[in-house]
Amino acid sequence: MITFIIRRLIATVFLLIVVSAITFAIFFLIPRLAGQNSYQLATEYVGRNPSRAAVLQVEAKLGLDHPLWVQYGNFIKGIVVGAHYNSGTSTTYCPPPCFGYSFKSQQPVWPQMVSDLPVTLSLAIGAAVIWLVAGVAIGVISALKRGTLFDRFSMGIALAGVSLPIFFTGLIALELFSYKWPLFPNVQYVSFLTNPFLWARNLVLPWVCLAFLYAALYARLTRAGMLETMNEDYIRTARAKGLPERTVIFKHGLRAALTPIVTIFGMDLGLLLGGAIITEYTFSLHGLGLFTILAIDNQDLPEILGVTMLAAFFIVIANLVVDVLYAVVDPRVRH
Amino acid sequence: MADALLDVRDLRIHFPTDDGLVRAVDGVSFTLERGRTLGIVGESGSGKSVTSLGIMGLHQGTRAQISGHIKLDGEELVGAPAARVRELRGSKMAMIFQDPLSSLHPYYTVGAQIAEAYLVHNKVGKQVARKHAIDMLGRVGIPQPATRVDDYPHQFSGGMRQRAMIAMALSCDPELLIADEPTTALDVTVQAQILDLIWDLQREYQSAVIIITHDLGVVAELSDDILVMYAGRMAEYGSAEDIFGSPGHPYTWGLLGSMPRLDQARLDRLVPIKGTPPSLINVPSGCPFHPRCQYAAETIGRSQAEVPELRPVAPGHLVACHLTTDQRRAARPPAAQPPAARLGDG
Repeated sequence: MITFIIRRLIATVFLLIVVSAITFAIFFLIPRLAGQNSYQLATEYVGRNPSRAAVLQVEAKLGLDHPLWVQYGNFIKGIVVGAHYNSGTSTTYCPPPCFGYSFKSQQPVWPQMVSDLPVTLSLAIGAAVIWLVAGVAIGVISALKRGTLFDRFSMGIALAGVSLPIFFTGLIALELFSYKWPLFPNVQYVSFLTNPFLWARNLVLPWVCLAFLYAALYARLTRAGMLETMNEDYIRTARAKGLPERTVIFKHGLRAALTPIVTIFGMDLGLLLGGAIITEYTFSLHGLGLFTILAIDNQDLPEILGVTMLAAFFIVIANLVVDVLYAVVDPRVRH
Repeated sequence: MADALLDVRDLRIHFPTDDGLVRAVDGVSFTLERGRTLGIVGESGSGKSVTSLGIMGLHQGTRAQISGHIKLDGEELVGAPAARVRELRGSKMAMIFQDPLSSLHPYYTVGAQIAEAYLVHNKVGKQVARKHAIDMLGRVGIPQPATRVDDYPHQFSGGMRQRAMIAMALSCDPELLIADEPTTALDVTVQAQILDLIWDLQREYQSAVIIITHDLGVVAELSDDILVMYAGRMAEYGSAEDIFGSPGHPYTWGLLGSMPRLDQARLDRLVPIKGTPPSLINVPSGCPFHPRCQYAAETIGRSQAEVPELRPVAPGHLVACHLTTDQRRAARPPAAQPPAARLGDG
């Protein structure tokens, strides 16, 4: 088991290096291949109608005039030990992990992402708890009561949940519960440390809307998994032993049915931690998703690069956690 | 038969489906005493498995319609509260299934699964149950049971898995053991070992055993009595000597004729039974076997019109066939002897 985890960890580090190389290539190699030289790239980082001297200064400061592999080395070095941007006249220090320096906002990228991370973290984890509990519970009950009114009703709702986009359910929810009947007025992010109650109350609507989308999917998946598992021979064996039906369902049935759910849950959560773009945009929550949109809007390359790396990091880590969980859950993977 | 451990009377298990009523089991009766073995034989879909699942109360209780009587040690199981049947399941009656790999839970150790069966029926601690599981694994011939107890099913070989299933089934010392095709999924060499094991354990525990199979060789080796089923009904029921020595039903003749034999010269090809088993929704009128029976014409139309009753042709030997005794004597193929030497000492 420990060798298994170590093996996966080494693979993960390798994977992150590959991800960084690809991301770097997208942002710095492809423009070159498209015929853009370092001077033109540097103009992106300077204000409108820049002087040639200013552009050259920025080019030197960002090291865009170096060969690509040196730039990549500096990029990795920046993440590990920090970077100094020397324009000849002044030096700007970007402490590690340095994902670059946004010239639009005149700020290092990392601290900005760090300040937006709690919003996304709160949103994603809160919603994940809701959708996991609700989705699995509804899925199990639906499977056990297949064909009943409950099953049909909940699967109908689930179909709606899968089909309706957040920018629809979110706006409806805001209109109804924030404006018409102000149960949750003035939705904005309040830090958990500042006021836990307000933190939770203001996140209820985004949580529920985001969870609704996923819970629907999870309910359908759990239901299908349970139906399949409860027909397995080992369930018949469990009953033949004289186990109470509750034990048969939860210990023998759900345990096996949950394995694929664990996988998808890890991936979904990892993806969301990189920014719940639509939800954050709909509810104006300043998390990584909104950060991403603004970065793209501003064509702020270092910010886009940083958030891409961070999102990739979350997904890779989620993958690692899922792999380890899988081995914990299913002994066949371990051996 | 007050002393019979299991007394099944006119058991019927029907499943309503969208296509019609599936008469999976339609009027099956037999008795079984402690220490004796009943073989239930038939093709796929003859109702043999559903019969055994019905006895265990595992026949999808909510959807099936069950009638008749199943008396286990005098206690009626048909219509008994589900909780009571569950109590008996695994303790007083236990079952072994066909495919031991899919029948064992892949996520739990073999030991944990055996211990679980023991724990649910006995008020003991986990350590005691674990010791019992090790003990049971040793008894069914698993080498080094104290270490193998912590193995997962996928680490066992096919034969060992079936041994583990048997250990699980016997962990509460059941009086009735039902083995549903216990050797079908196993290698031929392992099949004999498993049958030997069931044989030995039965004598050790003095339990009653039902072996369900489509392989007459298996029942010949183990059974005292044999029930031949066709389309959910009883075709023939008698002692192993009756069935192999003087089989009375054309279907039984067909089964015997399609079985490879080592004790006879290979003069002829194996003779398959023509046709396929009928659908259990549209069972043929009259005798369900008549479309495949080469003697159907001799009954002058009765086979299509009337369901043959189960009639004794000798004491304790029942046959459901329209043929008269003389017709049967004339038609019966030459001596079908029990293929196994062991039959006598049952």
